[in-house]
Amino acid sequence: MAALFFMVTMALYFAATVTFLALLLRRAEALSTVALSLTATGFATHTLALVARMVGATGTSPPSFHEALSFFSWMLILVFLAVEFRHRLHVLGSFILPLALVSLVSAAALPETVPTLQPVFRTLWVHVTLSMLGTVGFAVAFVAGVMYLIQDGLLKSKRFNVLYSKLPALDFLDELNQQSIVLGFPLLTLGIITGAISAEFARGAYVNWNPEQTWAIVTWLFYFVVLVGRLTVGWRAKRAAYLTIIGFACVILTLVGVAVKSSGAVS
Amino acid sequence: MHIVVVGLSHKTAPVEIREKLAIPESRLGEALARLCSYSGVREGLLLSTCNRVEVYAVVDELERGYGRIQEFLADAHMSLSSEQLTPHLYWQTGDRAISHLFRVASSLDSMIVGESQILGQIKDAFDAALAHKATGLILNKVVKKAISVAKRVRTDTKIAEMAVSVSYAAVELAKKIFSDLSEKTVLLVGAGEMAKLAARHLIASGVRNVRVTTRNPQHAVELADRFGGAAVPFDQFREDMALADIVLVSTGASHYLIGADDVQRAVKQRMNRPMFLIDISVPRNIDPAVRHVDNAFLFDIDDLKFRVERNRGERLQEAEKAERMVQDEVGVVRQWLQSLEVTPTIVALKTRAEDIKRAELEKAIGRLSNLSSQERDLVEGMASSIVNKLIHHTMVTLKTEVASADGAAFVEAARRFFNLNEAESSAVNGETPALLKDGSEETETAPRAGGNNQ
Repeated sequence: MAALFFMVTMALYFAATVTFLALLLRRAEALSTVALSLTATGFATHTLALVARMVGATGTSPPSFHEALSFFSWMLILVFLAVEFRHRLHVLGSFILPLALVSLVSAAALPETVPTLQPVFRTLWVHVTLSMLGTVGFAVAFVAGVMYLIQDGLLKSKRFNVLYSKLPALDFLDELNQQSIVLGFPLLTLGIITGAISAEFARGAYVNWNPEQTWAIVTWLFYFVVLVGRLTVGWRAKRAAYLTIIGFACVILTLVGVAVKSSGAVS
Repeated sequence: MHIVVVGLSHKTAPVEIREKLAIPESRLGEALARLCSYSGVREGLLLSTCNRVEVYAVVDELERGYGRIQEFLADAHMSLSSEQLTPHLYWQTGDRAISHLFRVASSLDSMIVGESQILGQIKDAFDAALAHKATGLILNKVVKKAISVAKRVRTDTKIAEMAVSVSYAAVELAKKIFSDLSEKTVLLVGAGEMAKLAARHLIASGVRNVRVTTRNPQHAVELADRFGGAAVPFDQFREDMALADIVLVSTGASHYLIGADDVQRAVKQRMNRPMFLIDISVPRNIDPAVRHVDNAFLFDIDDLKFRVERNRGERLQEAEKAERMVQDEVGVVRQWLQSLEVTPTIVALKTRAEDIKRAELEKAIGRLSNLSSQERDLVEGMASSIVNKLIHHTMVTLKTEVASADGAAFVEAARRFFNLNEAESSAVNGETPALLKDGSEETETAPRAGGNNQ
């Protein structure tokens, strides 16, 4: 059942992505309604897929990377729908939907269950959830950064095209960027702490400096600096946009590190 | 006699050229005097706005007239050679020149079609020309007609409703940089009309903090009062710029008032919060190098062009309607101009006949020395009667045929039959004031203008 919902969701997100990308190039209001309906329906089946999976899951089986990515994708769409509902910002979908789709497709490519090699505790669920929520924050910050740079470039080069008319004001994007990091950073911090606790339970050491742990800490430090820089010396606007794009690259590297290793347990 | 326009506009020349050619208000009188001092230039009108510099004139000979006006334009600016200028100029004569003026006045040729400012600018230009006695019969009529056409276009088409002035474009841009204008501060540098208009638009869109600086401190205080803002001393505004999210510059200064360093410093003080700078001045007052400063967004008057490109479809219909109105009115003026060609002919014809009659009478009466005063009156009466009867039908024909396609040919024929071409110049000049009066008051129909002179 969960697998069926999952496939339907993927198809719907794919269709929504295509529509949202078409929306970037055309001034057709009807298109945005189609894209939003597809997304909303996809989100509903996605929720069903996640619920079906949770119901079907047996007791304390550890979260797989497949589930983590699927959850990440679901959260992204949730955030998008929330922002869309508040600000009627269709164009955000053109950037978030592809990201959600990629993450869902990656999830599909990974094994659905993790062979349990060692006993894992409930803290692992908390760790994965928190880390993924933090990642969602950074993903949104990344998207806001990309949109910022595009709009900045269009304004500077005075190309007042369809994209220009659809992208929101620069300070809105900068604000979205800041808010996303301000929310994402504490979540990641908690995610890392719970991860360390899980690791301590599992292996008796908080940190054992494997690649994904190292990357996670590098990422954390990076965002820490970005956040402090923004709040103290005005690393905002264009610089913040660049930094969050680099930061998200670190996040991706961390996740790839985890994925490569995902035949084993999430550490 | 030809009516001509020579000039350049935002359609043919970049702002760099336009700003060099722009004629400041203070020098308009001198420029008009210089224009009219060229031989062969009978009437002149100078229209200098941020978007166009145009010379309207009535010249004796077309080619020489074009040459003179181009010379005039190039002379106005030593830094611009004739070769640099020529590629940007357009030349029109006759109907096309009149149609051009009508289109300009109706804002059909504006960067932002439908804006109303241009009409005021034409009125100002006309007032200046009147004050310096640069215009005469023809331009007075044509310009007045242009103003009335423009008013008609504004009331009878929806072109003005869709009018999106530069200030409106500025507000649109501001909204792409700042999502909420109510928290923003605008700094108005200089008191150019466009900048005031843009400031008003920004205030209407929610901006609450307004700061004003002008070279004349009193003026700044007055303006600040009007906008509910604060006046800033002119020599301090650069230091003050960091407080402003939006900087609107429109002064008459001929150099850059704001350099890239000033903006760089302000952006730094603002902790990289974006700044929006609008330079409506021609010549420009903000160094274009500001474009390269991160988080500062500079737009000059040419950049605001993008609004024209938008909504083209829906405006097209109204614009076409306006174009048709313009063309109809051009027809009316054309008729009048043709009558004008016949009027001096009739005047010259009458003068010539009168001269011949007088000369012959003098000769005859000199020989008939013993005539009584009664006989004398009789002879004089007979001479007048013959002369009048001889030319009467010619005059009637000229007046009736003038509106036909061959009107010019009849005039030409009459001139040759009666050998009027040498006698013409003095006669026309003598009659011009009377014609001016008739012509400027009679707004309608060509034939009557001729009729008034009988």
